[in-house]
Amino acid sequence: MKLSVDPIGCRAHGLCADLLPERIRLDEWGYPVLASGPVPPGLVADARRAAAACPVLALRMRKS
Amino acid sequence: MSTLTTLLPPHRLDLAGHRRHHGVVPWVAYHDDDGRDRLIDAARAADLRGRGGGGFPTAVKLRAARARRSIVVANGCEGDPLSRKDAALLALSPHLVLDGLQLAAHAIGATEAVLCVHAGSPVLGSVAAALAEREDRVPVRVAEIPRRYVASEESALVHYLTSGDARPLGKQPRPAERGVRGRPTLVDNVDTLAQLALVVLLGPNHYRAARTDLVTVTGAVRAPGVVPVRAGASLSEVLAAAGGETEPVQAVLIGGYGGTWTADLRGTLSGIAAVYALPASACGLDYTAKVLAFLAAESARQCGPCMFGLPAIAADFAELVHGGNATDRLARRIPLLTGRGACAHPDGAARLAASALRTFEADVCAHLAGGRCRVPAGVA
Repeated sequence: MKLSVDPIGCRAHGLCADLLPERIRLDEWGYPVLASGPVPPGLVADARRAAAACPVLALRMRKS
Repeated sequence: MSTLTTLLPPHRLDLAGHRRHHGVVPWVAYHDDDGRDRLIDAARAADLRGRGGGGFPTAVKLRAARARRSIVVANGCEGDPLSRKDAALLALSPHLVLDGLQLAAHAIGATEAVLCVHAGSPVLGSVAAALAEREDRVPVRVAEIPRRYVASEESALVHYLTSGDARPLGKQPRPAERGVRGRPTLVDNVDTLAQLALVVLLGPNHYRAARTDLVTVTGAVRAPGVVPVRAGASLSEVLAAAGGETEPVQAVLIGGYGGTWTADLRGTLSGIAAVYALPASACGLDYTAKVLAFLAAESARQCGPCMFGLPAIAADFAELVHGGNATDRLARRIPLLTGRGACAHPDGAARLAASALRTFEADVCAHLAGGRCRVPAGVA
């Protein structure tokens, strides 16, 4: 599974970095920077929760 | 027939002149369904690649867009201030572009063709006059696109033709799958289409052997403008084609405002549309700061890295020019711009900024040691 951000939809709420700090950090303007590569199996459930929590649904989980 | 003049004649060719100079597209060889395949095969045999900056193989793109009731879009917008090759083509050789547009439409089975130019463009008259002379199988509509830098990016064109909003849409889905009004759409630069016409008119082998690229050369050259150069020419040859240097050239910017600086003039060019020659007397950091300010102002203001990152690195460069030490901030910020926008606009700015810091490293030190290194540069 892989995470991606819709760059147009993202409004820098920053919840994703709070919920999944292992894979997501924020740049100095509050926009997410994702770790590269697939989400490790142990973090898939957390990644799903982070995607569901995005207020504008800009964070997505896809089969890699 | 001199191949260096085939693409760009000295005077505008009307339909009769175009046919005398280039001949008539042999439609009979391509009219059936197998003919569509032969057309795409010819583009592959000629190793034709997109001339809009991407360099993607045209045959692959044509094949991907093959569908019923597809649309072909010719991009003649040319938002980059350092490039004028598309305008030159549409002004001097409009029928070569339109022949290519019809060939591409035929290859993919398109029922609609749109030729996009910027609103108020001086080439509108040449285009309208050329269209009035022709009876094309696929009707060509001219669309006037808002005069913004990112409005002519591929997904922005598709977005505009569908909804009237000329902002980039992002990377998914590709226009070949779902483009204008949801229909499969091929977007090609007008230069690429003119080259496709030449592939058919000259034959792939002759085309490959004599291939020339149109390059807009500006800066410290005697005869700035659009020049045809053989594919794979060295930078020195390109500068010579534009009349040679007016004063020593310290570096060249390759590929327009979102391009790359290099001080090595022995390098070769292929598929590059614009070259700017920076004179030895001018400050490359200052020039880059001005271009970055332009790129920041031309963002579509949709994506965070572009909205905030571009003004930030433009300000960092301005600070650098005035002797402030913004190098650490730039080292942190530039990598954050790449691959995080809906289009390649921030990537281009990052490429420009990173290559400026590399190429003008000595000047960075000079500025940090106390003010300016050379005279401020003017920007096109």
